Amino acid sequence: MRIGVFVCHCGSNIAGTVDCPGVAEAAKMLPGVVFASDTMYACSEPGQEGITEAIREHDLDGVIVASCSPRMHEPTFRKAVERAGLNRYMLEMANIREHVSWIGKDVELNTNKSVELIAMAAAKLSQNSPLTPSRFDVNKRVLVIGGGVAGIQAALDCADGGLDVILVERETSIGGKMAKLDKTFPTIDCSSCILGPKMVDVALHPNITLYTACEVDKVDGYVGNFSVKIRRKATYVDWDKCTGCGACMEKCPSKKSLDSFNEQVGTTTAINIPFPQAIPKKAAIDAEFCTKLTKGKCGVCAKICPTDAINYEQEETFLTEDVGAIIAATGYDLFDHTVYGQYGAGRYPDVITSMQYERLLNASGPTGGHIKRPSDGKEPKRVVFVQCVGSRDPSVGRPYCSGFCCMYTAKQAILTRDHLPDSQAYVFYMDIRAPGKLYDEFTRRAQEQYGVQYLRGRVSQIYQLGDTIVVRGADTLAGDQVEIEADLVVLAVGAEASRGAPELAEKLRISYDSYGFFMEKHMKLGPVETNTAGVYLAGSCQGPKDIPASVAQGSATAAKVLGLFSKDQLESDPQVASVKQPRCIGCMKCVRTCPYGAINEIEDRFKNPKADVIATICQGCGLCTSTCPQGAIQLSHFTDNQILAEVNALCPPFMDESFE
Amino acid sequence: MKKTTVAYYPGCSAVGTSVEYEKSTRAVCEALGIHLEEIQDWSCCGSSPAHTVNHILSAALSGRNLALAGSMGHGTVATPCPSCLINLRTSARKIEDPEFSTKVNALLDEPCKTAVEPKSILQVIVEDYGVDEVSRLIRHPLKGLKVACYYGCIMTRPPELMRFDDSENPMAMDNLMEAAGAEALPFPLKVECCGASSGIPRKDIVMRLSGKLLQAAEACGADAIVSACPLCQMNLDLRQKQIRKEGYITKPLPVFYFTQLLGMALGVDKRTLRFDKLVVSPKRCLEKIAG
Amino acid sequence: MKDINGSSLDMDFIREVEERSGQKVARCYQCGNCTAGCPYNFAYDIPVNKLMRYIQSGSRDKALESKAVWLCGSCQSCTTRCPNNIDVCRVMDVLRHMARESGQKSERNVRLFADTFLESVEKNGRVYEAGLMAKYAAQSGNVLGDIDLAPMVLAKHKLKFRPHPIRKRKAVEDIFRRFRENGHK
Repeated sequence: MRIGVFVCHCGSNIAGTVDCPGVAEAAKMLPGVVFASDTMYACSEPGQEGITEAIREHDLDGVIVASCSPRMHEPTFRKAVERAGLNRYMLEMANIREHVSWIGKDVELNTNKSVELIAMAAAKLSQNSPLTPSRFDVNKRVLVIGGGVAGIQAALDCADGGLDVILVERETSIGGKMAKLDKTFPTIDCSSCILGPKMVDVALHPNITLYTACEVDKVDGYVGNFSVKIRRKATYVDWDKCTGCGACMEKCPSKKSLDSFNEQVGTTTAINIPFPQAIPKKAAIDAEFCTKLTKGKCGVCAKICPTDAINYEQEETFLTEDVGAIIAATGYDLFDHTVYGQYGAGRYPDVITSMQYERLLNASGPTGGHIKRPSDGKEPKRVVFVQCVGSRDPSVGRPYCSGFCCMYTAKQAILTRDHLPDSQAYVFYMDIRAPGKLYDEFTRRAQEQYGVQYLRGRVSQIYQLGDTIVVRGADTLAGDQVEIEADLVVLAVGAEASRGAPELAEKLRISYDSYGFFMEKHMKLGPVETNTAGVYLAGSCQGPKDIPASVAQGSATAAKVLGLFSKDQLESDPQVASVKQPRCIGCMKCVRTCPYGAINEIEDRFKNPKADVIATICQGCGLCTSTCPQGAIQLSHFTDNQILAEVNALCPPFMDESFE
Repeated sequence: MKKTTVAYYPGCSAVGTSVEYEKSTRAVCEALGIHLEEIQDWSCCGSSPAHTVNHILSAALSGRNLALAGSMGHGTVATPCPSCLINLRTSARKIEDPEFSTKVNALLDEPCKTAVEPKSILQVIVEDYGVDEVSRLIRHPLKGLKVACYYGCIMTRPPELMRFDDSENPMAMDNLMEAAGAEALPFPLKVECCGASSGIPRKDIVMRLSGKLLQAAEACGADAIVSACPLCQMNLDLRQKQIRKEGYITKPLPVFYFTQLLGMALGVDKRTLRFDKLVVSPKRCLEKIAG
Repeated sequence: MKDINGSSLDMDFIREVEERSGQKVARCYQCGNCTAGCPYNFAYDIPVNKLMRYIQSGSRDKALESKAVWLCGSCQSCTTRCPNNIDVCRVMDVLRHMARESGQKSERNVRLFADTFLESVEKNGRVYEAGLMAKYAAQSGNVLGDIDLAPMVLAKHKLKFRPHPIRKRKAVEDIFRRFRENGHK
């Protein structure tokens, strides 16, 4: 073999603690190495040209780049050697930056270690064989999970781009959290007025198939060829017949059903349409509260329904959709403030969440848009807003800032002063986060124009005394303790991961952080991609964000998907496992070990059971290779021999001697 | 009837200003079958003054008693006073650090190793004995009595140290009183400080803090406050007339020790419960229960 | 006026407080939660969060000369509710220790009460309450302060008028003696 070694200085990143020219010199002594040099920045244009020229000039058939982590530039160097006519897998990298120069300052030790790493790379490279990726077809359909504003935008952009879109939403209507809002900051636009048209577009778009009251049950396959099993929940209403007239709601006698759309301010009927602008506008029965379904009595809605749409026998069904890409846009949920014992742990009816308050403000809400105390229905005179409830608080496991609460609190305070001119509004805050366009001006407006009293300090305790709620806070700028007797207290609860997010992540085989937010490919440069090919993220499922950011991400994922689908075929990574059938004894341990379900049991021509790898599903993790007792299944580019070659290069066989 | 034995640390107030708490505690424990074995020759834990002077001194004063209790062979040392409790528990926690423990043991005759867990009497009754067991032994339910259960600031706080009930809305005493037949009202200032030991050097602090508590209890419609701390009880009861002069409440509000009421409900002889020691007359309440 | 170049920033003070309390004061983001819930705040010259700020900014004198450090009742409200899990109560205790060690007497009566209390414990092994009251009254000059309580206290026999030392009171006396010998005050 004719190996060329290129030792990168990376400016002073590596050269600062490694003698790069010395390493190159030492590398020349290694078996198989016919050329070695050091270079300032291997990844730069002149750096790469240096490599391709050397390949041609010295007739190299294998290249080692000793530089940064392969996670940085392996693709870059692979493409470079390919340009010079070599197979891209005849490249090995020795990480002498993250693994050497960045972890120690001793030049001698570092230099020696660098040479050892290159020796290992050379040993492996001599065991490498060229690999060719195969190509597979791409199914140009996309699944969007979640019908909030991010999902809606992604769906519309994909559909407008000519793709078939499947939009799955677990509630009976799309719209997400935005549909619950009264007005949006900083323009005080009516939320349903701006979201409504987009929701209607989704319903009417010829390229979008809308499945609501549905959840993703199982995901099989791989990028370009996903097979998704969708569970259709039983709504007990035939939606092909239901016209959304609402007659059933008017007559339903069971009025204590949980009204989750209205954040449980009040209750609703067992059969209900969540809100007037629901898309699709179809009724559904909450089985837990339906007298017919629990006790066998009533049945009024079935009698009343003009299109005979009620079906108490309806069961959940499943359907399958095949798609080429998946966009997760599952949004967020709000922090459960009842863990704060000092705020009453949910015992006080007049201490409510921001979203509950939003429903009180909303004209199609449970109070017709009139602000009323939940306890006695009276108009409050003093409303106190408490920011950072469940945000920036390590003591409840939520150290992060949710990003939008300062803004929505300012909005709610302004609306309060608008609805009730005689009222006084107070906001307890720690800091004001208003980074967007016209955001800071908006929060200033609350204080300057609307006379909202902003007090910088946290609230230590909230308790009820008779008819009033006592709020004990602080004004740290004045150095005072502040106690306010409020009529209504609104807690600005923070965002947390949506219920069921980790389970969905497992189904999609994407990562999630300790809070349940899905992990992006790169925090700075890859916010809408994941480490799983074909799965993208849009909106708050990736981390709390406001509406413009969610919409932007929705469009961004559509761009990614359209880019992915711009080719008819995709290349599959050849670093996959394969089975040497003669060696395979059919124990099927690999089948059970594979986390991706990429290995099947087949029969060879003698009807013996053998393992078989589906190359396109295999993610190249290598678990099968280490599991197989026979060494029959091997991961290409990381075979047992390749890895052992590295080990032997590092630790010359003492073993023969030690067994004496 | 369950039988338990615990080491018992009465605390200095028990033999001084809160003798009625001591007596009623002993009576209740006897009625329930909880045997209190008093630590021989126990000494003061140092209370607040000690820990505000030096933590090693404070740990040593408590440590002496922990060592004595440890040698008695029971897993638990129970005390009716929350101040003693927090000192004992703090000491027990701190001497787990070998460096600190060395400094503390340098002051003691016998080195202190934590082999006992300090608990409050309330905790022993509710956790180890059980409210259900107690309710089985109730003879004279305290029907018609509305009480505000006041726990004091340190009985359940900080939660990682005291490890008992809830640090914002404890229910142990409430549940016990309900089991005894009374109505435990939702009282919002269950864990708010009464002014503690600032009564003598800074009377104004106790006036205001205890005043707010009495005010809140009155606003809730309580017939009486039920306490589990000698210092709280003294501030709310002994100083109630002084507080009334400041205008916080209009009518007298009796302040019982929970053991006194529980004792009554269990059928203990009233005379042992020493209602006569209470400064604000409990007459009306006692009549309400009897009648 | 504060010297912004840092010479009035007493780093040793910060280090000492952190070491003695075991708390990292940098974690405090000055939210004011402690001040908000402090029942004693009305009597303080400096609110709790400001004292924390004085530690963060190395302002030794301002912190130790305050009256607030003496008045803290150790009620644990601050520690229980601090969002950054700081044991504020313990920090207040440490400030009080340090104030005492540097000879501060900004709340003379509070200091006197603690001293008289501990003297009684040292002498008797337990607190002899009547003796404590008498000595305190004499030394503070506040003889008539709670005179209105006397009738009730006497009538209800709430105080014993004879000291009741424990048998092994020497063991307790020894604790104090060794404490002083080891260089503590």
